[in-house]
Amino acid sequence: MADALSALFRRRGTKPWVGLALLAGVLLILPFMLAQAGTTWVRVTNLTILFALLALGLNIVVGFAGLLDLGYIAFYAVGAYAYALLASPHFGLHLPFWVILPMGALLACAAGVLLGAPTLKLRGDYLAIVTLGFGEIVRIFMNNLSQPFNVTNGPQGVTLIDPFRIGTFSFAKPETLLGLSFSGPIKYYYLLLVVMVVVIAVNLRLEDSRIGRAWMAIREDELAAKAVGIDTRNVKLLAFAMGASFGGIAGGMFAAMQGFVSPESFGLVESIMVLAMVVLGGMGNVWGVVLGAALLTFVPELLRHTVEPLQKGVLGRVVIEPEVIRMLLFGAALVLMMRFRPAGLFPSRARKREFAAGRGPEVP
Amino acid sequence: MDIFLQQLINGLTLGSVYAVVALGYTMVYGIIQLINFAHGEVVMIGGMVALWTIGALAGSAGLPPTVVVLAGVASAVPVCMLLGWSIERAAYRPLRGAPRLAPLITAIGISIILQNVALMIFSRNPLPFPQILPNPVFEVAGATISLVQIIIIATCLLLMGGLTLLVYRTRLGMAMRATSENPAVAGLMGIPIDRVISTTFVIGAGLGAVAGVLNGLYYGIVHYTFGAMLGLKAFCAAVLGGIGNMAGAMLGGILLGVVEALGTGYIGEMTDLCHVGFLSTALAERCARDGHVVLFGSNYQDVFAFLVLIVVLVFRPSGLLGERVSDRA
Amino acid sequence: MARFSNSPHPIAAASAIVALFLAACGQQEQTPPPAAAPAAAPAAITVKLGHSAPLTGGIAHLGKDNESGVSLAVDEANSKGITIGGKPVKFELMSEDDEGNPNKGPLIAQKFADAKVAGVIGHLNSGVAIPASPVYNTAGIPVITGSATNPKLTEQGFAVTFRTVGRDDQQGPAIASYLLSETKPKLVAIIDDATAYGEGLANEVEKSLKAAGVKVLPREKGTDKTIDWKGVLTKIKGKAPDAVFYGGMDSGAGPLMKQARELGIKARFAFGDGACSDKMQELAGAAAEGLLCSQAGIPVQASSAAFLDAYRKKFNADPVIYAPFTYDAANMIIAAMKKADSTDPAVFLPALKALQYDGASGHIEFDEKGDRKDAEMTIFTMNAGKIEPVAVIKGGKTIPVAEFAAGAKPAEAPAAAPAPAAEAPKAEEKK
Repeated sequence: MADALSALFRRRGTKPWVGLALLAGVLLILPFMLAQAGTTWVRVTNLTILFALLALGLNIVVGFAGLLDLGYIAFYAVGAYAYALLASPHFGLHLPFWVILPMGALLACAAGVLLGAPTLKLRGDYLAIVTLGFGEIVRIFMNNLSQPFNVTNGPQGVTLIDPFRIGTFSFAKPETLLGLSFSGPIKYYYLLLVVMVVVIAVNLRLEDSRIGRAWMAIREDELAAKAVGIDTRNVKLLAFAMGASFGGIAGGMFAAMQGFVSPESFGLVESIMVLAMVVLGGMGNVWGVVLGAALLTFVPELLRHTVEPLQKGVLGRVVIEPEVIRMLLFGAALVLMMRFRPAGLFPSRARKREFAAGRGPEVP
Repeated sequence: MDIFLQQLINGLTLGSVYAVVALGYTMVYGIIQLINFAHGEVVMIGGMVALWTIGALAGSAGLPPTVVVLAGVASAVPVCMLLGWSIERAAYRPLRGAPRLAPLITAIGISIILQNVALMIFSRNPLPFPQILPNPVFEVAGATISLVQIIIIATCLLLMGGLTLLVYRTRLGMAMRATSENPAVAGLMGIPIDRVISTTFVIGAGLGAVAGVLNGLYYGIVHYTFGAMLGLKAFCAAVLGGIGNMAGAMLGGILLGVVEALGTGYIGEMTDLCHVGFLSTALAERCARDGHVVLFGSNYQDVFAFLVLIVVLVFRPSGLLGERVSDRA
Repeated sequence: MARFSNSPHPIAAASAIVALFLAACGQQEQTPPPAAAPAAAPAAITVKLGHSAPLTGGIAHLGKDNESGVSLAVDEANSKGITIGGKPVKFELMSEDDEGNPNKGPLIAQKFADAKVAGVIGHLNSGVAIPASPVYNTAGIPVITGSATNPKLTEQGFAVTFRTVGRDDQQGPAIASYLLSETKPKLVAIIDDATAYGEGLANEVEKSLKAAGVKVLPREKGTDKTIDWKGVLTKIKGKAPDAVFYGGMDSGAGPLMKQARELGIKARFAFGDGACSDKMQELAGAAAEGLLCSQAGIPVQASSAAFLDAYRKKFNADPVIYAPFTYDAANMIIAAMKKADSTDPAVFLPALKALQYDGASGHIEFDEKGDRKDAEMTIFTMNAGKIEPVAVIKGGKTIPVAEFAAGAKPAEAPAAAPAPAAEAPKAEEKK
């Protein structure tokens, strides 16, 4: 069905309509099913979609263009802070979200170019460490721009951020429509779903576009790409810029949903988490990345519910605390994945080829 | 002047710890172009093991403190060596030839595992590292330097010297250099490259253990998360010097330490707006009231380190002393 | 190529995941109340109390400490056999790891709301408690934090947020005023760890000092993981301040003090409650001697020996910092239930608001925002390797500790250790 979906977005086949309609139906009623089990799961799903948006943005940089970015969360931070500062009592500004979201995306995009421009020449590991440094620098600035002039409110963060609002319709308040009660999280779910569909569509179209092929060419062999006339500089910058703008949008939505931002949400661990989603799911494969995000946000929540009762049942007491098990499993999953399925759970076709070929003549 | 000298001494000590850790990164990178991100955790485990041994011995027997500390080192080094060997054998070796990202992700996974295992075995609390060495403080031209600081700097120099001898004067060193140059050819020449690579990991981990003990002795505290940041800084140091290059790691480590100390010490005053001639009235009022309006203080300490790194890499992408640039992401 | 040929269909995998977690949710719904019901008594009702703090990561030890405080209170309540609304009540602790991660705050709050917990003790960090609070507010669940000190938490206008710990702007002025009266400094250096807690507290101290006309050096900062303070300290040494205040936890404060003395800095050192424990002596050795620090409420050592005994007995360790506050928070929820004779948050919330309670950390009463009213602050000093209370600050007045102990509550003086009645915690609400 994934292929069917891809085909649909690429306007090739027409057969998969049934499957698609089914999926759309499931996605539409999903929040109500989830709400039966507990509104927590709606929130978890929302967080999953948010991380999927992030992972899709990072996928452009890492998956498509092959540029290893360990500081991606910085763009998310830029988007989130843009929203927080322009729609909260902190500066007394309350701009509507449809003004701020594009602004946040633009700012993040500018940050992407700012990071991309000086690092164009760097490759591989050096790029990784510079992006890591960049991410940390952004976080440190957010954390410290409270003195001598208070811009970001420092580690205290920005509170009471406005939710998305259109006229009197607020995404934060519960509402009853056609006999169904729409809680805040459910409303956000639909909003996020729409954004995600758009982002996925853009990603799929990009993959097969001229730019997408240019990125792939650079990923495979930059010199050769240059030789066949690809403007590697601009194309790489474009990857950074586009990836960053997706991050900026996700950040703005995060700020609105959460109502509070502080620099703690934008650390190196978060960058690694998003990268792990891309890698586990399958670099370059849009559907794989989405599933990677789902796995890494859902499974830890599942473990919370299963580990402790299981140990109590089998061993009679809790030997290893669930939170430790969760981290151990996460670590082990990363290691084992790389060992046995290095191209991710759902590798993209191009990556498959690459990994299969890469085992041979490349540096041992 | 004495303040400046003091900052230099501070930076030198900090830089020496970075340098020893950076050596571990750079040796492994030099031989198989792999960033062993889990190295920071090996350092942490080294500190923890030494803490155990020292804690156990210091309480009971009437051994002299120097012996106890050496016993701590002697226990930490083999444990870390074994750890380094196992990591290479189990996690990295199967990935040789895989694209860059694979070992990097593996390393992150191993870091997470090691941290949580350390949490389970040792403690989630920050643990005080027994301060059993007498630590007299010496005055040098108005600045102070403690015995432990001298020990750290001396150990760093010793390790560096020993390592240079090992790489350039022994058969093993020759094999390491050959493997680093071209593993396929080295293999054809009869060099057991697997064993050489294992040995490199083991030596790197041993260095990490020593760094862990030095760190504990100097700061008097060990926590299961301390390896991550130390590792990151040391990795920056290695890149700064030119990763894969041992002298570079040393230089990068010490430079980074000194830059951090001097940055902390002086950037604040340099960016004090009250020293600027013309000011808005609001600013002038603040200056009159507080005496300072500092733009960038020590809170940007980590930024200095990362900025220097970025600037060096942008203008000299292979680091100060490095030659090779890796190719693939 | 063959390696990858058996790749499962992504959507199939997705539905498997969905099925899996729905199954898990299903399990969760059938709450397991068959708690060893006492024979021939009206069926016991199970009341869930939530607790949340970081149980993994850098400050997991503090999170565990908070959890221990709550779990002690719950165990004691269960062993006492409390009856509410004519039915015996069994309390059940539902403890969740929020990882100190602001993202997880609303998630866990929602999870508590779904599980219909009667009250929540948490979160440890202000950064998590603040984003979580709107969710608690919507669900109408009272939430008491025993450690989040950021004033903003209770300034959002929610009726359900409370705290048993003092706010930064209560604690900051307290330690500053003691420092002023004791050391009479002309120049003070202030350092913080750039966390919401450390910076917040340091800001309040700076405000109070400046208001008293003391010159304050430009703020120096590290991070919550900083152990190398030499650069900062050397810079400070050049300015020769009379006193140094550090806002942060003991893991940073210990090395800070040790290195300061190594550098020959003679200034008086002062800290907040994050670095106010005997651990400072272990971390800084002899260098810790003479430090000043503050704790909200009546401190661990001075407050309730019964609590201390019970804690030590159960966990075989000393409380780290905030356990008395979370212990009190849990007991206050239970006390409010008893008073209102209901376990329904909507019913006992007013009782909680009006509760007057003497707990392990002293007398607690909430003001209209839900903050601890007129919170006592205790100033400690390090003397011969132990921190000792020297003064209690209440309503802006400094009372020497001996006087305070003699004047106020007899059972709570550190010297007058109550009789071995460890199993009967003295905490009982005033009717």
